[in-house]
Amino acid sequence: MSNVLVFIEQRDGKIRKSSLEALTLGHSLSKKTNGTLGAVIAGAGISSLPSELSAYGAAKVFVADKPELQLFSSEGYTAALDAAATAFNPTIVLASATAMGLDVAARFAARRGVGVLSDVMALDVENGRLVGSRPVYSGKARVAVTASPSAAIQVATPRPNVFPASKAAAPGAGEAVAIDPALKIRGKVVKIEAAAAGEIDVAEADKIVTGGRGIKGPESWPILKALCHELGAALGASRAAVDAGWIGHEHQVGQTGKVVSPSLYVACGVSGAIQHLAGMGSSKVIVAINKDPEAPIFKAATYGIVGDLFQIVPAMTEAAKKMKA
Amino acid sequence: MNHIVCIAYVPDTETKIKVAGDGLSIDETDVKWIVSPYDEYALEGALKAKEAGGGTVTAVTFGPARADAGLRECLARGADEAVRVASDGLGQVDSFGVATLLAAAIKTLPHDVVWMGNKGVGTDAQVLVPMLGELLDLPHANLVTKMDWTGAGATVRREIEGAQEIVELPTPFVVGATKGLNEPRYASLKGIMAAKKKTIAVKTPADLGVDAAKISGDAASVRWTKLDLPPARQAVKLIPADDPAAAATELLRLLRDEAKVL
Ligand SMILES: Cc1cc2nc3c(=O)[nH]c(=O)nc-3n(C[C@H](O)[C@H](O)[C@H](O)COP(=O)(O)OP(=O)(O)OC[C@H]3O[C@@H](n4cnc5c(N)ncnc54)[C@H](O)[C@@H]3O)c2cc1C
Ligand SMILES: Nc1ncnc2c1ncn2[C@@H]1O[C@H](COP(=O)(O)O)[C@@H](O)[C@H]1O
Repeated sequence: MSNVLVFIEQRDGKIRKSSLEALTLGHSLSKKTNGTLGAVIAGAGISSLPSELSAYGAAKVFVADKPELQLFSSEGYTAALDAAATAFNPTIVLASATAMGLDVAARFAARRGVGVLSDVMALDVENGRLVGSRPVYSGKARVAVTASPSAAIQVATPRPNVFPASKAAAPGAGEAVAIDPALKIRGKVVKIEAAAAGEIDVAEADKIVTGGRGIKGPESWPILKALCHELGAALGASRAAVDAGWIGHEHQVGQTGKVVSPSLYVACGVSGAIQHLAGMGSSKVIVAINKDPEAPIFKAATYGIVGDLFQIVPAMTEAAKKMKA
Repeated sequence: MNHIVCIAYVPDTETKIKVAGDGLSIDETDVKWIVSPYDEYALEGALKAKEAGGGTVTAVTFGPARADAGLRECLARGADEAVRVASDGLGQVDSFGVATLLAAAIKTLPHDVVWMGNKGVGTDAQVLVPMLGELLDLPHANLVTKMDWTGAGATVRREIEGAQEIVELPTPFVVGATKGLNEPRYASLKGIMAAKKKTIAVKTPADLGVDAAKISGDAASVRWTKLDLPPARQAVKLIPADDPAAAATELLRLLRDEAKVL
């Protein structure tokens, strides 16, 4: 029997979808190990959240609800995870491989003297040991990783958007357990500047439409944004487009941008350099729109149209509108 | 202020990856090695801070002898000193093991700011920045794109999903740099010449008081068991584009009916 503890991320009192994915994964692992599923959440004024987590199978929810935890601090939130782990004694600890999840999981792992099965795209348990698979060398290879039998605690960070989030057939008890971690907070968030309302972040999006140098200039973004709007997609950019100053770095996909795994990735005027593929190669379906039939992006693509994006993209927007009608 | 920069010496991002005979590591023939791109932002951040406020910059790596070339590159760009923690002869070392060795090396050096990259290209684990924060008992911020020095430390901006966080960090701290923080400089000819004359301090785990047997080989808590290449993608299905409207309609139909993503 081994307990599974999942770190839950909230922003403004809203639980992040990636955390529900990790919780769903934790639930299936806890069933395989005949263990109990626990969750831990930190913040201020978050007492209503545990009930949401029971639907995903959480039997216990450890809640660190303190004014000092209103905004994120890696030290404060790690202390919350650590206190929950001490109370719950899990053998498996999960956090989504997000900016916050990685901060907390890695600090916690170091405190307990273990490594992390980081950014895994597959995760299972065999004989009580976690086994996972993750891309390495910018997605040019993949590695099977496992936690050693001697490790008392196993920490893994599943990649967002890869594992499904689904409610458990039978909800967990969702018993809320207040925890009061000792806090030593030195580095802390003092402010969060959210992206413009209605904008979906590429790191969390289920669909992405990306523009590269082929869009010629920032005046073309509205053409891509119209398609984003119809598909419910986030707007991505290649490094060439970002470096040209056409859009902010938060939109960049690739080696030195965000690594994404949407179900649909539409690359418009992107050549498909290896460093771009490093960021989106694990997308489920890739569409390439490029006027050069030799562009490497076609080697990675599921569907391709060799043509002028200024004609094809607006036609796709129209077709998407018609399909919805 | 004294700055430490942790650099990973990794295969060039353009390098073709082949799996070695052991099925666990990459075939190193023909691999070109580089300082991991994010670590260049870290180094540049440290050099700029030193230029503005004085102090020293020490580059630190954990790796085999070939990684000395990466340290030389840092010296050529302006780092004052370089330390290599030798990985020779160790079996697998997981991220906790690397963090343990780096922390042990950093503890022997004066350090106000420990600069790192947000991820090491190759392993792409994104965990060493928080781990070093923990092991050095310092606050940290990762994914940093902007940094403003204040009297007590720095106010940094970091990129998270769908938002930017403004984080206050009192010195000493650990920072993980990402693209946007600065534009890394090239080494000058003078710098390259000067770097040739400098010595790289090489330390074994034992020199640092770390028992390698406790963090490597069978003692590593996370292990690689098999390295392989991802399955080849199916050939692309090309849609004729003579009539853009018809092509777009057909594409959307395929996305809905065949790929089932709409
Ligand atoms: C260390 C390192 C890290 C990097 N990190 C990243 C990263 O994170 N992300 C990233 O994207 N890149 C990254 N790069 C850069 C990468 O190597 C490429 O330079 C970059 O991806 C090219 O961007 P692009 O495809 O938009 O531009 P280009 O390569 O110039 O391609 C433009 C494409 O648009 C097509 N095109 C032009 N006009 C039209 C039209 N009217 N209709 C249709 N198609 C058209 C062209 O045929 C061409 O294929 C990195 C490079 C290095 C060295
Ligand atoms: N072998 C190494 N030697 C020194 N620093 C390293 C090493 N590996 C990783 N790092 C540092 O840790 C950062 C994050 O790496 P990672 O957590 O492995 O993705 C890198 O950008 C480097 O600054």
